[in-house]
Amino acid sequence: MAVPPEAAGQAAVSQDSAGHALKPHLKRDHVVIRFAGDSGDGMKLTGMQFTTESALAGNDIATLPDFPAEIRAPQGTLAGVSGFQLNFSSSEIFTAGDEPNVLVAMNPAALLANIDDVPPNAVIIVDREAFTDANIKRAGYKSNPLTDHSLDKFQVLEVDVTKLTTLAVHGMGLNNRAVFRCRNMFVLGMLSWLYQRPIESTLKYLESRFKKTPEILEANVRVLKAGFNYGETTEMFASSYEVPAARIVPGLYRNITGNSATALGFVAAAVKAGRPLFLGSYPITPASDVLHELSGYKNFPVYTFQAEDEIAGVCSAIGAAFGGAIAITTTSGPGMNLKAEAVGLAVKVELPLVITDIQRAGPSTGMPTKPEQADLLQSMYGRHGESPIPIIAASTPADCFDCAYEAVRIAVKYMTPVILLTDGQLANGAEPWLVPEAEKLAPIKVEFATNPEGFMPYNRDSETLSRPWAVPGTKGLEHRIGGLSSENLTGNVSYSPANNELMVRTRARKIAGIVREIPPIEVFGDPGGGDLVVLGWGSTYGPIREAVKHVREKGKKVSHIHLRYLNPLPRDLADTLKRFKQVMIPEMNMGQLLKMVRADYLIAAFGFNKIQGRPFKVSEIENRINRALEG
Amino acid sequence: MAIALTRKDFVSDQEVRWCPGCGDYAILAAVQKTMPEFGISPENTVFISGIGCSSRFPYYMNTYGFHTIHGRAPAFATGLKISRPELDVWVVTGDGDGLSIGGNHLIHVLRRNVDMKILLFNNRIYGLTKGQYSPTSEVGKVTKSTPAGSVDFPFNPITVALGTHATFVARTVDVEQKHLGEMLKRAHAHRGSSFVEILQNCNIFNDGAFNDVSDKGLKAEHQLVLEHGKPLIFGKNRDMGIRMNGMRPEAVHLGNGVSESDLVVHDETNLSLAFMLGNFEAPLPTPVGVFYAVARPTYDGAVNKQLEDARAKQGAGDLKSLLSRGDTWTVS
Repeated sequence: MAVPPEAAGQAAVSQDSAGHALKPHLKRDHVVIRFAGDSGDGMKLTGMQFTTESALAGNDIATLPDFPAEIRAPQGTLAGVSGFQLNFSSSEIFTAGDEPNVLVAMNPAALLANIDDVPPNAVIIVDREAFTDANIKRAGYKSNPLTDHSLDKFQVLEVDVTKLTTLAVHGMGLNNRAVFRCRNMFVLGMLSWLYQRPIESTLKYLESRFKKTPEILEANVRVLKAGFNYGETTEMFASSYEVPAARIVPGLYRNITGNSATALGFVAAAVKAGRPLFLGSYPITPASDVLHELSGYKNFPVYTFQAEDEIAGVCSAIGAAFGGAIAITTTSGPGMNLKAEAVGLAVKVELPLVITDIQRAGPSTGMPTKPEQADLLQSMYGRHGESPIPIIAASTPADCFDCAYEAVRIAVKYMTPVILLTDGQLANGAEPWLVPEAEKLAPIKVEFATNPEGFMPYNRDSETLSRPWAVPGTKGLEHRIGGLSSENLTGNVSYSPANNELMVRTRARKIAGIVREIPPIEVFGDPGGGDLVVLGWGSTYGPIREAVKHVREKGKKVSHIHLRYLNPLPRDLADTLKRFKQVMIPEMNMGQLLKMVRADYLIAAFGFNKIQGRPFKVSEIENRINRALEG
Repeated sequence: MAIALTRKDFVSDQEVRWCPGCGDYAILAAVQKTMPEFGISPENTVFISGIGCSSRFPYYMNTYGFHTIHGRAPAFATGLKISRPELDVWVVTGDGDGLSIGGNHLIHVLRRNVDMKILLFNNRIYGLTKGQYSPTSEVGKVTKSTPAGSVDFPFNPITVALGTHATFVARTVDVEQKHLGEMLKRAHAHRGSSFVEILQNCNIFNDGAFNDVSDKGLKAEHQLVLEHGKPLIFGKNRDMGIRMNGMRPEAVHLGNGVSESDLVVHDETNLSLAFMLGNFEAPLPTPVGVFYAVARPTYDGAVNKQLEDARAKQGAGDLKSLLSRGDTWTVS
């Protein structure tokens, strides 16, 4: 959009093609919108489309979906409220925002579930017709919030979404249910106008989504356009807003969720390795989308095996690894427990494998759709025997690509299972992704053993200590591997006490040696040291980075270190941390990295913990930093 | 192309460590003797096992081998077979490994019809853990863990396999070297999951469990050898047969007005018949042979067909276009 550079908040008036003056639009640096409705209202879809529109408009974006575990909880109840928050900005952003500037509430329950997060003066858009006596009561309100003045501190815009949707498709002969399901497009159209988003990408999406049902396609398009035109013509909105494009690194971008990035990272790694990808997996929230996505890439080739259970998922992957495939399994916390025995076998037989744990709030079934970081110690120690495993954790949705790729690279190079940790927030959250150039990705070298001369299954590479990968079908290399303790070099079953210790120590040394792969720590802030450093891992990256930026802008000597490699830890971590007077470790658990850092380095770090199935707010971390600085 | 192979090509250099007199020796000998006939070289053959006495089997075969974890061998084998369909994959399991801890994987591999041979050594006891009752032990069995007798109703491996609509289901006996070899050949010739229950004697913890079908003096009266297209006849003098009395099978003496034409003729493609035979118990004889064998597309074949079709339709995967697809925009 060609808009002259102006100070934020200044109005610009443009004209339409006929020369009529259009409504003015105001500039905003960033806007946070939360869409909330029944889980069947299509709020996630609305949010995702608005995200795409915003990305195409050049904004930096970050999103956070929030949906219940129940697929269709009773309509109009708090349990069924589903949400999607989007932060779009003209400058670099790291989170989906602490609190929404705009809340779209499709019914009273959606309003009640979210109202506590909405700051004064924020805009609340409601579907007025959804505020019936029955719906108000079902949500748990005592009186109608639209009329009892409880919303006076907000700017409430009451829109007859249902009625206007119905009018837009009048004469098409659609049933009520079909009409009702178009309501989200009205909201999307209206907000697209309000923030001057191009709707072409949504039109394109609808065309492909409803290719086989032309009347539903037409209805959605009509309603989308009706919403857009409603914004322009009604007197409800005095102006529209513009969030100019952000200045970001040049290149080709696409919007990507963490699960999608994880899937692509694995495909890319397999292509680079020149081997087929094999995923053995069992459906589990929030990991299933990786299975869904990979099942569409058969031509690469990608094998996806939906196993009978979590155990068969990992075992089939190990079987494929034995055969020479790039083998992976995907799961979430409870599935990790089930896979643990087989992962121990993979440690013992030293086959490459990536186990992805897309962490969710536990223990047990917990809150399956909500994120947590409480599987770190399970990843470190949750197996029988001495079985060290490299652990890599992604910090943003796009980072999932790099981490999945890196996990495969290390697994193959060191002939070891690798655990990749992401979480429900990264999995479903999205951000713009600078599409990597395939040819510039780090090489992944797969060299199968072929020479029978002196071949021994546990004859190790002198540098990496990895054993040869000798796959069935190779003449002269026939050998047996298994879970029983095995003799050094030959791999024959051995109960020798000294040999067992040698093998345990050798495997431990192999994993510890991966530290060579880890680049020096990057300190955001003061590499030489300062008053406080915030140490994080995983999806806390966004809120920590933004909080540290804020306090640094106020002159505080505070820095941020974010870990990708959790086992082994970077070799310069201890020395770097010791340059700071205080070390603070925020985690969405009870202090698991904290325990590792304190145990390994005897550093008196302190934790900041949140176990609510919700990410940290920037303000929470900022306040905790300030409290620590005050002593 | 047939390759000239001998038994020695399949014998590994490892010392066999089963108890002296164990039925597993006979099974190993039969497998090593039969393998050369398949014309598949050792490097293209993979034996996968779980945990238990039987699961030590791969160590003694000079092929590729993977001794995995308890009960999960079919899952490992499935992953391998899907991604390397050209390999000849064998699973060796036992009644505890395959029907207790690994029951889930066994039924799923059978229903999927993944192309592999599954040899279940049934000795009706836990041997490696020194003598607890197994899921095939009879009710009332006194073992270390059931001093007052087991109250646990057993599985019948054949009917479990038939219940999954496995495409090849057979039974044989460890000491019946000729029949065992024939069953291995039939299993190998079948495309899909071939399930072979091998009645195996554990002379330490459950000696003589199958005496009636393995003892030279007894077996003729108690063993019913199934042959496709032939009437069900057994007995030392081959003068006994199986006849239907209404909906129920019964053992009858031939003669006195009962002729062969009154007997049931075995049909390997009849699932109901197979199920009926699978449920035979005394005083009816114990059937051995192929209960059921039908052709059905294999899982691994179907999976690889989908991959080929995708490649034919979309071309080989292109990483560059995969990464940059969808709604993209360029920042300059």
